[in-house]
Amino acid sequence: MIEKKVSGKYRGLSLQVLPFSEVQDLTIAQRVKKILTLVLGNKIVILHGRLRPEEEARLIEDTMAMVDHIKSFRGIELAVIEPNLKNESFLVKFRYNLAKKLVGDNSALTVIGPATIVKEIKRDPKRLEVLLS
Amino acid sequence: MFKILKRVSARIFGSLFRKRENIKIGFYGPPNAGKTSLANRICKDWTGEEIGSVSSVPHETRNVQIKEKVEIKYKGKTMTFKLVDTPGIATRVDYENFLRFGLKKKIAKKRAKEATQGIIEAIKWLDDVDAVIVILDATENPYSQVNITIIGNLVARKIPVLVVGNKVDLKKADVKKIESAFPDYEVVGVSAKEGINMDEFYESLFKLARKV
Repeated sequence: MIEKKVSGKYRGLSLQVLPFSEVQDLTIAQRVKKILTLVLGNKIVILHGRLRPEEEARLIEDTMAMVDHIKSFRGIELAVIEPNLKNESFLVKFRYNLAKKLVGDNSALTVIGPATIVKEIKRDPKRLEVLLS
Repeated sequence: MFKILKRVSARIFGSLFRKRENIKIGFYGPPNAGKTSLANRICKDWTGEEIGSVSSVPHETRNVQIKEKVEIKYKGKTMTFKLVDTPGIATRVDYENFLRFGLKKKIAKKRAKEATQGIIEAIKWLDDVDAVIVILDATENPYSQVNITIIGNLVARKIPVLVVGNKVDLKKADVKKIESAFPDYEVVGVSAKEGINMDEFYESLFKLARKV
């Protein structure tokens, strides 16, 4: 739990770690709904793993539909960090891709937070920096 | 026999011909990267008309804008394109950001509502384009998740991609950073506003069209 001082008061801010096993058997719609429900509860979600591109697109679509309908909701900040294999050998890359195919991509971390709390997630290839509003 | 041969050859050549005709090119990217500016530059170069208005206020394009049959000639070759200019894709839309540009609250809220619907429309159009030009602001950090999500979706759909780093006329522009962020794609640096490096862009556009 992180606390943030807002005009003399402390407001709670929750980080929710979501193991990939909790979402892996869900459909795209269920997975996105689960994430957005947590984000709407002002939680910063740290998903162990990453969403597929079409799930990320669906997450953006559903987020926009919610921004349209929920007065105080402004959207999300989203970032993924994954191992940089650019300079690794063919064997390392092969092992990584094989493991990804067999057990899913859970070597990455996905951070999703409500836009009203997370101002920006700065991402470069090696690190993530979460800036709060 | 002659009729059958004629029909078969018409079908083969017809499909080859169709492949190069009226290729649907989507303009995708984050807000304020210059998608409409680039589409306008192309349209003005080849049709004399613009496709849409541009503004420094984000989310100026809030509906998909289409320009049919834009015939482009490059080095003796001609190709016809259908240009599909889409609203900028973002994960957040806050009407309060528009107030900073001097917009009234009511107008800012309306703009935000239209922007959210525009983003949904842009994503839906991903299923209906033949190739995509991803336009990025070369003065901004290219490692944003929106850029990665857009390109990831194009790869998943097997849609050919050309990455354009726009605004190279500005001092802060860094096309090399875009190249290192997306090493698997051809990257061209242009200034749509000033018309810089458009020859190289058209060459890359023709290369992209040949992948369709």
